[in-house]
Amino acid sequence: MTNAPFMTRETIINALLALLLLGFPLAAQAMGEPFYITLATRIAVLALAAVGLNIALGLGGLVSFGHAAFFGLGGYVAGILATHAFNAEPMLFGFEGTTSMPAIWLAAIVVCGLIALPIGAISLRTAGVYFIMITLAFAQMIYYFAVSWPAYGGEDGLSIYVRNEFPGLNTAQPLPFFLICYVLLLAALALFWMLRGSRFGAALEAARQNPVRLSAVGIAPFTIRLVAFVISAMVTGVAGALFADLNKFVSPSMLSWQMSGEFIVLIILGGKGRLFGPVAGAMLYVLIEYALGGITERWQFFLGLILLCVVLFARGGLLGLLAGKARHG
Amino acid sequence: MRGGAYARTSELPLTLDLSPQVGRGGVFVAHFPASESIRLSIALLIEQLLNGLQLGVMLFLMAAGLTLIFGVMGLINLAHGSLYMVGAFACAAVAAATGSFWIGLVASLIAAAAAGAIVEVTVIRRLYDRDHLDQVLATFALILMFSEGTRWLFGSFPLYLDIPPLLQGAVPLPGGGQYQLYRLAIIGVGIVVAIGLYLLISRTRLGMRIRAGESDREMIAALGVDIRTLYTVVFALGAALAGLAGAMVGALQSVQVGMGEPALILAFVVIVIGGIGSIKGALFGAILVGVVDTMGRFLLPKALALAMPAAEAGPIGAALASMLIYIVMALILAFRPSGLFAAQS
Repeated sequence: MTNAPFMTRETIINALLALLLLGFPLAAQAMGEPFYITLATRIAVLALAAVGLNIALGLGGLVSFGHAAFFGLGGYVAGILATHAFNAEPMLFGFEGTTSMPAIWLAAIVVCGLIALPIGAISLRTAGVYFIMITLAFAQMIYYFAVSWPAYGGEDGLSIYVRNEFPGLNTAQPLPFFLICYVLLLAALALFWMLRGSRFGAALEAARQNPVRLSAVGIAPFTIRLVAFVISAMVTGVAGALFADLNKFVSPSMLSWQMSGEFIVLIILGGKGRLFGPVAGAMLYVLIEYALGGITERWQFFLGLILLCVVLFARGGLLGLLAGKARHG
Repeated sequence: MRGGAYARTSELPLTLDLSPQVGRGGVFVAHFPASESIRLSIALLIEQLLNGLQLGVMLFLMAAGLTLIFGVMGLINLAHGSLYMVGAFACAAVAAATGSFWIGLVASLIAAAAAGAIVEVTVIRRLYDRDHLDQVLATFALILMFSEGTRWLFGSFPLYLDIPPLLQGAVPLPGGGQYQLYRLAIIGVGIVVAIGLYLLISRTRLGMRIRAGESDREMIAALGVDIRTLYTVVFALGAALAGLAGAMVGALQSVQVGMGEPALILAFVVIVIGGIGSIKGALFGAILVGVVDTMGRFLLPKALALAMPAAEAGPIGAALASMLIYIVMALILAFRPSGLFAAQS
């Protein structure tokens, strides 16, 4: 699969999508329409979260219906660290709060990795529908914990008063913040691409297609899948931290099962297992949401209808329509 | 999201009946002999157990349909919670129009079964030979449509449904204390449905076909059974059970958009614990989840209060209690990855 010609139709479309996502907010900046920059930032952050899920779902075939857990955890890491730094009070175990984005991302990666490890280890003992439901249940567990734990806002959520800082950039401005999100999205896409082309990626694909043969050549599918699940959670966690910074607010809704459903929707809309599937899906989803929201108050109904039609009639998603069938199952 | 709808159901009597004990606990201890306060807490314990049983029964009605649909058609249906909501809304609307809860209850069964049959014929039927990912997504889309459609029809304000006069009032419990008659009636309905389902599946021709469809669908189609109609019937049956659950819960809490999803997720936990496809597992899992959830919320804060200051024990206990069933589920799956009563390999 890595020996495909360099400039396939999909590569060209991917490049166009990347340029489009970059050009849109730049044009909005030129026209003095900061709202559209925020819209593009939302696309980039949701796409980043979905790229994370795509590592588990697209490459590994692990249908996690609980990735909102990691998205929300990343968000809460950002919110909690910023709150402690803002109030200048130390946290448990003597950690200091921080408002530095790189430090927050690192913390989000560590926290999500540490939590994804046991969740993955238990969930991956199961497969198929059980896996879908148990990941959902773990996410619900964290959701209810966040709702009923009063220290960080409980059901009301937690506000971040000033957007966290990145050295050398004014993150309070929409465009620099968009660029941060955009670069991280590209980095995650590069990670996905490298993983897919690596020996690890090949083993992960094999674990999806035929775990028995994979174990026969001496590679344990469980370990491969667990590593993929943890990496996937970490990427989604970083997206959560950015999402919190985008809204300057974290609440349990980031952990809700609807959020997990949305990530799956993004991937399927764009095209499952494809490099730019989540990006195309996020662009389409946010634009549908925005366009429908402008036309009718009942946009969710029509969003549901569109999704239903995509699942029933347009298998392969947007990239499937534009770039043809994926090269492999 | 209205995450705590179920939690609130089970907490309702807690706040009603617990407050005298918590608020004036000292008074009781001071003025009555010790045996009196012990008797009171036994009554409270029985009451909480019954609440757990009632929650379990509701979950069984949801889970039985889900597990049947999965067992027979291999379909994971997220929109099952929407059918529960349809039942509740139909009951509330018809009861308000006719003034009779019972007509509303019949309407809820009909509405949910009809909605189920329509959805099966138009959408679900096309999903049977797709992978689970497509099923998740399509039924997720159905939830969006059902929720927004209901808001379209009934507006954003919740509806209220009164307990029918016949079932108002309370029943004395052994050891003092009283228990709502309506909740006892729900437990009774659940037991009747469980027996009815058992008889339907093990003793009737339809049940025989359902079991045959579970084990070998090609074969029973080849034997001349109309498998498409059978699937529609099974789906409508599951939908009707969910609608019944929704209608009965509707009288205990407000009827609103979004009420179905917390119930759906608990029902998922139930069928994962019980083993997907097994009705016996659904019954066992539902009662386990109902009782563990209710008793956890009741006992954990009290237990923690023995070890730490009461002001901290309350929130921590509540937070732990809300996670308890998921912890139980994780433990069960860690030892038995396909549930307690796995029906199929």
